[in-house]
Amino acid sequence: MSRESEMGNRESSNGGSTDGWVPGAKPATATSGIAQNPVFEHLLRLADDRLVLGHRLSEWCGHAPILEEDIALANIALDLIGQASMLLKLAGEVEGKGRSEDALAYFRDAIEFRNAQLVELPNGDFAVTIVRQFLFDAWDVLVLERLAAVSNEALAGIAAKALKEARYHLRHTAEWVRMLGDGTAESHARAQRALDDLWPYTAELFLADAVDAEAVAAGSGVDVESFRSRWRQTVEQVLGEATLAIPKDGFAPRGGRTGRHTEYLGRMLADMQSLARAHPGAAW
Amino acid sequence: MTKDTVSATGGATTAAETQWDLWEVFTQEGEGAPHEHAGSVHATTPEHAMQNARDVYARRGKIVSLWVVPSGAIIASAPSDSGPFFDPGNDKAYRHPQFYKTPRGVRGL
Repeated sequence: MSRESEMGNRESSNGGSTDGWVPGAKPATATSGIAQNPVFEHLLRLADDRLVLGHRLSEWCGHAPILEEDIALANIALDLIGQASMLLKLAGEVEGKGRSEDALAYFRDAIEFRNAQLVELPNGDFAVTIVRQFLFDAWDVLVLERLAAVSNEALAGIAAKALKEARYHLRHTAEWVRMLGDGTAESHARAQRALDDLWPYTAELFLADAVDAEAVAAGSGVDVESFRSRWRQTVEQVLGEATLAIPKDGFAPRGGRTGRHTEYLGRMLADMQSLARAHPGAAW
Repeated sequence: MTKDTVSATGGATTAAETQWDLWEVFTQEGEGAPHEHAGSVHATTPEHAMQNARDVYARRGKIVSLWVVPSGAIIASAPSDSGPFFDPGNDKAYRHPQFYKTPRGVRGL
């Protein structure tokens, strides 16, 4: 489907007034679609985690501390962006308004993104990137294991493919957490600081609302609340081996799932979306 | 590591002190095929070496098996060996099994 017809469809569906990609235009409301299409919303949550984290990782390309890790991070980034692409394509089909995966990735504004705040935070130093990725990967494997068994065959197929990738991601980042935590005094201090800073953001990964419950009931979703203790087991084991102390649970930021994000997402999207918005429909 | 890094003794460090160990990587492209040398990676542990080898050499091809070997474990011939070791003996035709026809159906020989 061409970009023009997508835009045409969006305009007609929005009465021609709220085209998200026009500079200065009013974005769709944060809650639009939640009641009408919970499966679409749930798929956006799954896809946006991967799209945003994949882009964050891609920012390391050419900057990682060593060539081999530069390639490894780029590989993980590509895996995540590939998963996001498949999930957004499926979301667009479920929505039924003719939006392709590209339209959803590049022509939504921050308030329309449904990722958890954890993944949009800046990369920080290498320890922050690795600890964040490890905390996510341990969660992601559990998410995908469950999604691979849902009755929605298209979603289960995507999850089964992604699961193989995610298991490797976890193996890679768990090894790095061990090396950093149980490494030099400096690497240990940086890894512990990263863990302390990121820990509060992991709570949001396990928050579910009515949207998620409806998607689960429709055979197209995952109940994230159901495996919090399993995640904690995995994380505790690796952090123990890494001689890192698990922070106490306390204040936990939330809101990403309904479009409330940190200041960092908007800037990241401005960068990520600039090419597609400057040259709509460009192909290469 | 930057070149400004100094060691505990105050002197400038050498590349050998700041770089990770070198590992040679061998990849196998199919069951029964030989493991062939693909290149090398830097890494700190065997598991780390295996992951780096996977990411650098095995992600695009149809690789079914990987070996990583500490580079120091490879015993290499010296350039001065080239005469006595590698004289091809082209004057001794009986050394070259070129008088046989490979039966059809034999692959990978």
